[in-house]
Amino acid sequence: MQSRSDYFVPDGSYWPILGSIGMAALLGGFAASLHDSLVGTISMILGFGIIIFMLFGWIGQVINESETGTYNLQVDKSFRIGMGWFIFSEVMFFAAFFGALFYARQLSVPWLAGEGNNFWTGENLWPEFKSVWPLIKMPDTTNFTVPKGIIEAWEIPAINTLTLLTSGATLTYAHWSLMDENRSGLIGGLIATIILGVIFLGLQAFEYIEAYQHLDLKLTSGIYGSTFFMLTGFHGLHVTLGTIMLIVILMRAIRGHFKKDRHFGFEAVAWYWHFVDVVWLGLFIVVYWL
Amino acid sequence: MSTTTTDLQDEIDTHASHDDHHHGPEKGLMRWVKTTNHKDIGTLYIWFAFTMLLIGGAMAMYIRAELFQPGMQFFDPQFFNQMTTLHGLIMVFGAIMPAFVGLANWQIPLMIGAKDMALPRMNNWSFWILPFAGAMLLSTLFMEGGAPAFGWTFYAPLSTTFAPDSTDFFIFAIHMLGFSSIMGAINVIATIMNMRAPDMKLMDMPLFVWTWFITAFLLIAAMPVLAGAVTMMLTDRNFGTSFFDAAGGGDPVMFQHIFWFFGHPEVYIMILPAFGIVSQIIPTFARKPLFGYSSMVYATASIALLSFVVWGHHMFLAGMPIGGQLYFMYATILISVPTGVKVFNWITTMWRGSMSFETPMLWAVAFVILFTIGGFSGLMLGIAPADIQYQDTYFVVAHFHYVLVTGALFSIIAAVFYWLPKWCGRMYNEKLAKVHFWWAVISVNVLFFPQHFLGLAGMPRRIPDYSLQFADFNMISSIGGFAFGASFILLTYIIVDCIRNGKPVNGRVWESAKGLEWSVDSPAPYHTFDTPPTRKQILEETSHIGH
Repeated sequence: MQSRSDYFVPDGSYWPILGSIGMAALLGGFAASLHDSLVGTISMILGFGIIIFMLFGWIGQVINESETGTYNLQVDKSFRIGMGWFIFSEVMFFAAFFGALFYARQLSVPWLAGEGNNFWTGENLWPEFKSVWPLIKMPDTTNFTVPKGIIEAWEIPAINTLTLLTSGATLTYAHWSLMDENRSGLIGGLIATIILGVIFLGLQAFEYIEAYQHLDLKLTSGIYGSTFFMLTGFHGLHVTLGTIMLIVILMRAIRGHFKKDRHFGFEAVAWYWHFVDVVWLGLFIVVYWL
Repeated sequence: MSTTTTDLQDEIDTHASHDDHHHGPEKGLMRWVKTTNHKDIGTLYIWFAFTMLLIGGAMAMYIRAELFQPGMQFFDPQFFNQMTTLHGLIMVFGAIMPAFVGLANWQIPLMIGAKDMALPRMNNWSFWILPFAGAMLLSTLFMEGGAPAFGWTFYAPLSTTFAPDSTDFFIFAIHMLGFSSIMGAINVIATIMNMRAPDMKLMDMPLFVWTWFITAFLLIAAMPVLAGAVTMMLTDRNFGTSFFDAAGGGDPVMFQHIFWFFGHPEVYIMILPAFGIVSQIIPTFARKPLFGYSSMVYATASIALLSFVVWGHHMFLAGMPIGGQLYFMYATILISVPTGVKVFNWITTMWRGSMSFETPMLWAVAFVILFTIGGFSGLMLGIAPADIQYQDTYFVVAHFHYVLVTGALFSIIAAVFYWLPKWCGRMYNEKLAKVHFWWAVISVNVLFFPQHFLGLAGMPRRIPDYSLQFADFNMISSIGGFAFGASFILLTYIIVDCIRNGKPVNGRVWESAKGLEWSVDSPAPYHTFDTPPTRKQILEETSHIGH
């Protein structure tokens, strides 16, 4: 290991403050646009642009520093710890939504139908309401969209499960190729992974269109629609981000970045991809299947 | 010409200029905007927290003015509710949490012999999100329909169906604050795991470092859940989901479960670093090693683990099966075991010590006594059948102000007096600081102690007007409140006076203080520990741990 005093402490940087301005413009603008403010919408778009610019600049600088050998193994370890715990924080974010799903299925829906000591809740509020899952008919149907059906697990979602699991394998193949110094294997594996990711997203989009146009299954379809679209939606967003990250890694691989023993950028994206993979398995089992 | 002078000045300013990477701070405002230095960022955090403390404190003054006597005096009830809501949010997310992160930034690298935080650019970002998020939160006051008025716990459906438009800005402010906290926590973990002097073992670490290490895990596990909760609020408000709407199969009580799954770890996020600070200060001024170092570490870890499984005690009356109430009651009471271990360890550290009572020690001792009062009232609230009487009364208000003001805030003030001479190289005015301490500690008890009685007599919280039998204690409480508020003017003077005119101090500010931070000069040079301390040095500086 290199001497500890070689630990790279960067000079001052404008990227973080730019990121903060972008974030404030994006989120503040979004909040304003929810209340029909044109300025808000403009600010939102501007903020999004600033964030994209910031990400390109900041990550570009990091890649540059990495390629010029600025980072020693100790810095590399900081990055690993950082990425690992960032993914854990993402796990906890999804946990909140999985928690909401379990709460609705196990507690609130049965209670609304009068289970346990809640007999009078059911009797007084919505006496007709029956506790079933998937919850097609919500207690009060006037304000919500009643779906005609739900997405069946063993159709598109099963194909998507297969797609994502395969993409995990192709990514691991790319990783092994990198460690064997087989550049074409690395690039091929990455391309395959990206294609599988795009197929997944395409199928997911198709499924959403199907749900909205034919099944009337919408975000507004009571707690079933809420949990279904929020969980799969946030997952889809993460797959999108993961695919973009994989494309960056692919371009770096084509330019000859990454060595067989030093390739944190690749590994970080691989960890992230496996994380979205595992979340999907959870989704497939408890959202679609059971 | 002028550039040369500046460069020369930089060389003089910093003791450590081994190679061209190690120049001193930049000049001007941009130094603070661009900085990646843990000391600069720590300073920014602490000043930000202090500013927010004064803003949140001003709101508390409004609240106590309105409650000075029964009847409506100054504000309409809606504005009163906005004040209580923003006061709580600003104090929790704007004052206490950033102050602790600021202390972590300054102290952790110094205490573990690291040259900086592990991820310095991200460290800058963690801070610079805060002013924007704080401004977004405060801007809601000036919006049509007013600021959020549903209390700092923002229960649905008050925060969904019945909330003003400004709530969406509040939601995104919370998202930003959470993002900042998570990045800050990741940085603390990476720093402690990876930047520690190679010869410093985990069980050599000072307790402030240990408690912050554990707090960082709480932050990473709890803050994303809060982000989830406000995201569900956002979609319930704007996109027609029904997470918290029974008509769609959801449940408003579910909001409380998700919120308090975050909220209970959150209260330990605000107190574990305080435990660490007090565990640093008491051995210094008792001139004895900390009693039971390893039991302190294990107690902190136990409290952290238990904090995730007791959230239900915040909602005994929200509708919960009896088995749930019993479980949450027993689990809650269990926390008093590790907390008791800590309190007894502090007392035993002082036992037969050769004690002296400089200002930091006064604040630390006050912390032990007053935090314990807050702990005892917490024990009372944790008993499910008794909580039926106490819930949503001023007893709860008294309880959490004892743990958060005389607990968390007192520890922060103690830490500032303890380490300020190290940061700026100057000593504060001891006499004035003692006057300030007694002023603050008496007034804060006049402020909060009568609220116990008000609560036991049944006065509900979050109301601008009350019936006549509560008048006397409310007036006493308000008088204490104004006096406590005024004490911060003196505190500001003492700190500014210290920075500007204080007498220079040497590296080891307190003669009996142990810890690597005292082995560097005062003020701490811009870059410290370019070469990590040796095992011998570490052993000397950690002898208070009781090796």
